[in-house]
Amino acid sequence: MKFAGLMVMPAGFFLSLAAILLFSSSIQRVTFVVCGLAVEAMGLIVAIRGHLSNRGEGRP
Amino acid sequence: MNPNPAPPIAFSDAAFALSLGLLLLSPLVIAGVAIINVGLGRSRSAAQSLLGTLVVISTAVIAFFAVGAALAESSAGFDHTLRISGKFWDWAGAGALFLRGESAVPARAQLDLFFEALAVALAAMIPWGSGADRLRLPAGAAIAAALPVLVFPFLAHWIWGGGWLAQLGANFGLGAGFLDAGGAGCVHALGGLSALAVVWIAGPRKGKFPREGLSTAMPGHNVVYVLFGCLLALAGWLAWNMAGSILWLNASPTTLVITAINTLLSAAGALVAAFSVTRIRFGKPDASLCANGWLAGLVTSSACAALVTPLEAVATGVIAGIITPLLVELFELALSIDDPAGAISVHAAAGLWGLAAVGIFAPRSGQFLAQLVGISTLLGLVLPVVYLLFSLIDRVMPFRADPDGERLGMDLHELGGGAYPEFVIHRDESYR
Repeated sequence: MKFAGLMVMPAGFFLSLAAILLFSSSIQRVTFVVCGLAVEAMGLIVAIRGHLSNRGEGRP
Repeated sequence: MNPNPAPPIAFSDAAFALSLGLLLLSPLVIAGVAIINVGLGRSRSAAQSLLGTLVVISTAVIAFFAVGAALAESSAGFDHTLRISGKFWDWAGAGALFLRGESAVPARAQLDLFFEALAVALAAMIPWGSGADRLRLPAGAAIAAALPVLVFPFLAHWIWGGGWLAQLGANFGLGAGFLDAGGAGCVHALGGLSALAVVWIAGPRKGKFPREGLSTAMPGHNVVYVLFGCLLALAGWLAWNMAGSILWLNASPTTLVITAINTLLSAAGALVAAFSVTRIRFGKPDASLCANGWLAGLVTSSACAALVTPLEAVATGVIAGIITPLLVELFELALSIDDPAGAISVHAAAGLWGLAAVGIFAPRSGQFLAQLVGISTLLGLVLPVVYLLFSLIDRVMPFRADPDGERLGMDLHELGGGAYPEFVIHRDESYR
């Protein structure tokens, strides 16, 4: 689950890159870059949840 | 190859001498952070922590000079570039391995290289502090060999070496491109995110998160070291930020005093905020969290000291000082992340906040977007790559000491002797 979350994060990065390549309007660019960051945040949350579930299994 | 290299900027003898002098003071940052890491760890791992810092720095610097410097270097007209949508994306330098011919390059480029060597040493030692009390020396050395070859040089080139992040302004009209004069992203965010990867892979210290109840408090063994380290780091940070603004922003010497004042104000604002937050939360101020707040203010200043007004520097510091103790608490209590040095909050979170603050307070339009793209790169590309890289290293060279070694303490386990041989060793109450 942690790996899955971390694998999602580059999608957010590529979304940010695509925003500055494909759009010229600053509003569109900002919107898409913010969406890219949101995707990264979701990936991070999934990774953290994976960490928490692993913790439950490994407690002494 | 990029057919339109940036013209070299004239660098007077006075500016060279000033930059070199500042760079010679900058290792005090490394000394300060090292002594803070020792103080925040346990007494039975103190010698291993400080020796590990020296091992990590040595390995990182050798690996950087052998390979990383070639990729980080900006050789006008000879960098590796991709052409996408009619724009050149400069993604790596194309210098010579093992610093061949470096004595023949201009003095300015040699200063850049010296700054990057100090930066890579600091970036590599940040995860070492987070792995305190369970990370093995060989694993620390492996991390320190990997970061300066496979991650840092690319980031340094993108941000400082005229790479694609620096060219966001020229290519896409995004302000002056991604700005990070003092290494808040290239050093601190990289180090802090690497610390997160190390902590995730190595796991918590034994007994930190028991089956029932809250996490066990494992306070640092010497708060005096921690607080003295903060003062030592300040001296280095003033020089570091001034050197960075000369080298990466081409700031004139007359603007350096404001950079130093902003560095101090940011740290001061952060300390006052952390002091107040911990006083309100716990009834009394917490010394180690106040130290974390002070450092977070300094990390934030690395991004913006040269680019904001004094009032804005205080504001950025205050915000860093508020979020740092809260994040330390969140990571430990809610997210079960055992980070003895608080590096994820202090270096990663405060570094990313500083980079965002540059965009928020910048007068140029488009600067905020450039900063967001840089932050997105650090979070979305660097963190997964670093985690993957460290996972592979962990398979070959396990990060974590065996349980018996951890119980004995890393000093006895790895070095055969303790840091404080005349002290009586007490029973550890955390093992329940």
